[in-house]
Amino acid sequence: MTKRRVEPFVWLMFSGGGVVAAVFLPVLVFLFGLAYPLGWLSPPDRNHLSGVVGNPLTILVLLGMFVLLLVHSAHRFRYTLYDGLQLKAQRTIAVLCYGAAAVTSVAAVVVLLSAGLR
Amino acid sequence: MTDARTYRRPVSTWWWIGKRTYFVFVMRELSSIFIAWFVVFLLLLVAAVGRGGTAYQGFLDFAASPLIVAVNVVTFLFVVLHTVTWFSLTPKAMDVRSGGRPVPAWAVIASQYVGLAVVSVCVLWLVTR
Repeated sequence: MTKRRVEPFVWLMFSGGGVVAAVFLPVLVFLFGLAYPLGWLSPPDRNHLSGVVGNPLTILVLLGMFVLLLVHSAHRFRYTLYDGLQLKAQRTIAVLCYGAAAVTSVAAVVVLLSAGLR
Repeated sequence: MTDARTYRRPVSTWWWIGKRTYFVFVMRELSSIFIAWFVVFLLLLVAAVGRGGTAYQGFLDFAASPLIVAVNVVTFLFVVLHTVTWFSLTPKAMDVRSGGRPVPAWAVIASQYVGLAVVSVCVLWLVTR
């Protein structure tokens, strides 16, 4: 069963994504989701952000973070559908969840490279 | 196959409503949706920054629209739930030892909050410097 051999690897990425989400997301959601849009803090200058996003190290770190977060999310949502909603089409659900994570990861590569190399 | 003859009592779709621990479990699972949303949100931000000043201003306006702010308020709550539950689970999932002795659970949890604070300050510095 290939499924069995893939499982520990996916779980490792799930776990890594869980750490990234726990440590990085609170501050990012607070700043970009709440503080800047609601005017609690004035948003950073575009040229400054452009410099940050254009740094190769930032591109690598963000890419790693995004991929881990997406696998984490896909893995957890897969089990939400199995256990929470008790859906039975397990293979289809797994393909859809990880497929969506893979497609979004490719989009992340494109976005990060095209924004960073400008 | 004895399997086919075993009766399995059907479980209601709403099995997690009645008990607090089950409810928190399902809420924690649902945080996955909001984490995926925020990755997409950050990708939109990065794309806008890359495209230039007008696109960046457009993104800021989009982020300030009532619907997106509402979604991000909910996202923040789910992210906090994820962080708190994730930190509490770590000492149960990992056997942390120092000098051969197990590190007490409270110390593992506390050190993660220190990590959270350090990372938050670094991100704030990097973004606003």
